[in-house]
Amino acid sequence: MTPFAAIGDPSAIAIFFFCLFILVALVISYWAARRTKTTEQFYAAGHQISGFQNGMALAGDYMSAASFLGIAGLVALYGFDGLIYSIGFLVGWPIVLFLIAEPLRNLGKYTFADVVAYRLKQTPVRMAAAVGTLSVVIFYLIAQMVGAGVLITLMFDIDYALAVAIVGTVMLVLILFGGMIATTWVQIVKAALLLGGALALALWVLSYFSWNPLELFDSAAADNGEAVLAPGDQVVTGSWDAVSLGLALMFGTAGLPHILMRFYTVPDAKAARSSVNWATFFIGGFYLLTFVLGFGAMALVGRAPIEAVDKGGNAAALLLAEEVAGSAFFGFIAAVAFATILAVVAGLTLAGAAALSHDVWVNVVRHGEAPEREQLRVARIATFLMGGLAIVLGIALQGQNVAYMVGLAFAIAASSNFPALLMALFWRGFTTAGAVASIVVGAVSALVLIYFSPTIQVDVLGHADAPFPLGNPALVSMPLAFAVGIVVSLLRPEPAARARFIEAERQIHLGAPAHPPRVRPAAAPARGR
Amino acid sequence: MTTYQSVTGRRPETNGRPAEDERKALDRLSARRLRVALILTTAMLVVYFTFILLIAFDKSLLGEMITDGLSLGILLGVIVVLATWVLTWIYVAWANRRYEPAARELRERAR
Repeated sequence: MTPFAAIGDPSAIAIFFFCLFILVALVISYWAARRTKTTEQFYAAGHQISGFQNGMALAGDYMSAASFLGIAGLVALYGFDGLIYSIGFLVGWPIVLFLIAEPLRNLGKYTFADVVAYRLKQTPVRMAAAVGTLSVVIFYLIAQMVGAGVLITLMFDIDYALAVAIVGTVMLVLILFGGMIATTWVQIVKAALLLGGALALALWVLSYFSWNPLELFDSAAADNGEAVLAPGDQVVTGSWDAVSLGLALMFGTAGLPHILMRFYTVPDAKAARSSVNWATFFIGGFYLLTFVLGFGAMALVGRAPIEAVDKGGNAAALLLAEEVAGSAFFGFIAAVAFATILAVVAGLTLAGAAALSHDVWVNVVRHGEAPEREQLRVARIATFLMGGLAIVLGIALQGQNVAYMVGLAFAIAASSNFPALLMALFWRGFTTAGAVASIVVGAVSALVLIYFSPTIQVDVLGHADAPFPLGNPALVSMPLAFAVGIVVSLLRPEPAARARFIEAERQIHLGAPAHPPRVRPAAAPARGR
Repeated sequence: MTTYQSVTGRRPETNGRPAEDERKALDRLSARRLRVALILTTAMLVVYFTFILLIAFDKSLLGEMITDGLSLGILLGVIVVLATWVLTWIYVAWANRRYEPAARELRERAR
């Protein structure tokens, strides 16, 4: 069996699993459509998702194809260096749990801007937060869509533009009809498939090494040199580069709009807490498996065949599946990779649509007074716009190097969204001007610095040198956003915002009144008791 | 904003002792949660940035082999993953056993 024959040579089994998953997604959206009658159901699944379910859905929302295929590939090609991402993608979750999840659940409604704007002036804060949200969402979406196009082209040998259009269309149908309920269940199914598939593949690999991971690592090191078990210079080039990337990954997680939005789908703060606990467990387990998958691909497939298919190593997990378990399992893993992309783009699109419709339209244009039917209609229009934009950008950027965009999305999330959110929650003296300045400076500095960084100047534009030395801007842009937020707030205090801090605290700890268990359309506005 | 600001409609009374007591109790609860959250956040930062700073400034130390197939770097990586599990578990246990009953008591007093 030549391992890379199957790539670009679609097996019937791969296509079967692929179609099966699309069918499952459509059935879910049909089922969910009948339960999606209000804006609250469209954006927050009517707060009916349990802690465990939301933990799975968070894992499904978060573990992108970049995690699964990209990290396995990085580890397979460079060894230990790939693990810097594995671990960086995990360590933000405790921060989300300790500082963000519960207050967010109790204080907000659909978006994280609800929380930042709670005590502040609505219009400026919401506009700034929408910019922060949309820039994170769009960069993340581009990376996912281009990745999806490449991956599906690689797996099923269909046209790139068609591949992007298929992902975009299935995603749009899913959200337009089934909203957050359908998105949640697709994410749950995807998480189960991804965790199950990765676990099965890892066990299969370990069976070659008498069930001992150390024997696997040893074998990989024997063929490729012991350096693969130690940090090198493939992922981070300089010392401060590593620290900056570490910051972006850790605090970016706590500022990703599509992740934050998921906390509104549970009934209360306690369920929000248990959902992060489950998510951390699943995601941590998954990233431990990437150690085995990556080194497994290195030892069993070998670096050369992996690089021959895709220079970035993205085919490593797929080739490994075929190598150890044959083409049926390869087909299954290929479909899992597709499910992975679909679940993540759905979450991202929904978060972008919420920023457009809930923050910009309902709260800025209509000053929070839009009737329920209008809100739902605008939500669907915004979804359509975001989904269309994702498809267009995905096709337009074919062949571009977009790998840096995930890092950029995390950097903006860490610099623009996270500081404002944290200060809004915990600092009495935070002001409207401080929030706007912090969000804007965070986003703009992250964008400008990444433009002048080696990531763009050297890797994309091919220049010899870059004016800004770090590959990821978070080490500068995140502290800058905090500093600007603090200084501006101190220069011009806002007594009205300060006075309402006690009210916000009250709601953070005592919660909004319990939600009625089942919301009928007519009863939807009655959130109070 | 109207829809969920009305949710906080149970404003603290502005006269008499109960509102004052309640406010103090709320401040205490809030400070307690913040203290626990900050301690655990600091612990997570120390664990993770120890790992990152070693990658940044002492690559060769992480390359030390502990036994065949196990470098210090990989061992520490696994330890960081386990630490995230332990710290989240500690927080959830604390919140469910201590914080939740205290918040519930305040909530009932507020009715």
